[in-house]
Amino acid sequence: MDTNLFWTWVFVGLSFTLYIGIAIWSRASTTEEFYVAGHHVPPLANGMATAADWMSAASFLSMAGLIAFGGYDGSVYLMGWTGGYVLLALLLAPYLRKFGKFTVPDFVGDRYYSDAARLVAVVCAIFVSFTYIAGQMRGVGIVFSRFLEIPIDYGVVVGMVIVFAYAVLGGMRGITYTQVAQYVILIFAYLTPAIFVSMLITGNPVPQLGFISNVQGEPIAMLDKLNGVLTDLGFKEYTSGSKAMFDIFCITMALMVGTAGLPHVIIRFFTVPKVSDARKSAGWALIFIAILYTTAPAVAAFARLNFAESVSESVYAPTAEQTAAGVKATPDWVKTWEKNTGLIKVEDKNADGIVTYHADPARNEITPDKDIMVLANPEIAGLPGWVVGLVAAGALAAALSTAAGLLLVISSAVSHDLLKRTLWKNMSDKTELTVARAAAGGAVIIAGYFGINPPDYVAAVVAFAFSLAAASFFPTIFMGIFWKRMNKEGAISGMVTGLVFTLLYIVYFKFGLPGLGKGVESQWLFGVSPEGIGTIGMALNFAIAAAVSAVTRAPPAEVQNMVDEIRIPSTRRHVADALPAAE
Amino acid sequence: MAHVTTNPTDLPMDRAAARPMSDVSQSTAKSYWRDNLRIMGALMLVWFAVSFGAGILFRETLDTVRIGGAPLGFWFAQQGSIFVFVALIYVYDFLMHRTEQKYQVDDDNE
Repeated sequence: MDTNLFWTWVFVGLSFTLYIGIAIWSRASTTEEFYVAGHHVPPLANGMATAADWMSAASFLSMAGLIAFGGYDGSVYLMGWTGGYVLLALLLAPYLRKFGKFTVPDFVGDRYYSDAARLVAVVCAIFVSFTYIAGQMRGVGIVFSRFLEIPIDYGVVVGMVIVFAYAVLGGMRGITYTQVAQYVILIFAYLTPAIFVSMLITGNPVPQLGFISNVQGEPIAMLDKLNGVLTDLGFKEYTSGSKAMFDIFCITMALMVGTAGLPHVIIRFFTVPKVSDARKSAGWALIFIAILYTTAPAVAAFARLNFAESVSESVYAPTAEQTAAGVKATPDWVKTWEKNTGLIKVEDKNADGIVTYHADPARNEITPDKDIMVLANPEIAGLPGWVVGLVAAGALAAALSTAAGLLLVISSAVSHDLLKRTLWKNMSDKTELTVARAAAGGAVIIAGYFGINPPDYVAAVVAFAFSLAAASFFPTIFMGIFWKRMNKEGAISGMVTGLVFTLLYIVYFKFGLPGLGKGVESQWLFGVSPEGIGTIGMALNFAIAAAVSAVTRAPPAEVQNMVDEIRIPSTRRHVADALPAAE
Repeated sequence: MAHVTTNPTDLPMDRAAARPMSDVSQSTAKSYWRDNLRIMGALMLVWFAVSFGAGILFRETLDTVRIGGAPLGFWFAQQGSIFVFVALIYVYDFLMHRTEQKYQVDDDNE
């Protein structure tokens, strides 16, 4: 067994033992503990758990690569996936915490005094969460196969067993404290190679500073050098990007609003003891997320520069004389990753033995997968084998922590929202807990099935989760808090309009609609790509909801009182009698 | 189970009912809410300005200025906006806490 493999087993084994240990220690015994960890999670711990919950296999493995190959265009992920926390902290989290129940459909159903609204929310929550979770289980399988050299399917099964142990036994309590541990592992795994690569390229150990520094030993800024290298190879400037401004605007907005509307993120703020803790915990969460999210663009730029410089015009298999003459040889890590994983492909099109890296696909001879930028980082920086093991454990932590948070949303949507609140209202707490565990178990199995047999559209529907959350949950919850006059009719018609419009647009452009075929880019509405359409869906939801609400009956007085109550952090009672009928 | 109810109109503020407290008057609630909206609005403007403004709409203009070795608009899109987001949440928490104390609607001792 080589050293990389040995260290990978050590780190993965230790981290999994820790997760199981936490599962045994944190078993839940009531539904309140199972759904919201008894509202006892301190803000700092919740911030850490939220960060791990939020940062998935995609954030950990793929984001830096997306930015590396997209340059400025990659900014949509950076701003989109952090700016949503400002919306959460200022517009949603404190009020939803004051509301004080367990789930997002709880709020939608109660605020809009309607089981129909509750059901629409349940369907959205389950759909969004399953879209997301299949990708996580697949991520677990892929990490296992790449680092531990075992088949993807076995990897998915191991991941299922681990998540099952702590999510089903411990519920939110188990998930929370496992996520705290997972955050520590994933951030350490992300930063260690990043710091070394930053030192290597800029001489500055802080990646965020290296990002704006000169290349080590040269009087030129790292980003300027990168721009120069890329334009010489026929690519666009790294700092300029190629997407239309309005599309960038809409994608960023859809990702931000979608983040704030994702049920597995929102429910994390139900777990803290009180309203002011919800705000504090959003602050902690964003700090912990920002540590990775401000490092990622630096890693991306370093990796792209290093990649372009080291592979371009390199001799793939230099002879002894060429080596002696100091000819630039293709780095060993390129060959290792090409041979072992197929994540990088080299094809000598003109048979000159030299690797050409160029923007023109006809001339280009090397094609890297976007994930390679994070995966190969330790080797690029020449780091020892234990760092590779650490990165594997970090990627698994990122995937498992997100999967667990999503499982809980699915479980509570079934046991709490669908059964307890709608179909089986006199179910006892003990039965509900058993049903919740069974639902979580069932969800693990379904998620595992999709991880092993991924539908081809998994990659294409990532845009779904954010756009649907942006077009459905966010406007409905926001207006429920900030506009007392918003009623059941407005909320339901707004949610359904936003959802149907967004869904049809994405399906039309990604897969095609029966009778209409598949849309092409020139037909995009206002030039907005399917990734950004949630922004238009959200605007439609707001407009329809406000219009319908204005011409239908105001919500009942007790619902308006409830809105008054959630607007005040203190649990002191309101004087509720002299309220006007509407605002 | 204190918080599980089947009646949608049954408010979950039952913890407060357990101890005697003075009520929050209508006018206090209104003034507090107005102050809250003002703080929120101002901070949301900053949120929009650093991301959609500096990072997207005015990026090309800002790119003529540099911060260290990076064009400023590009830097806001990939670094600066995130730092400001973090600061915004803490400023919000600080201002809201002060406002809550002013109207005595804070949850400090709860």
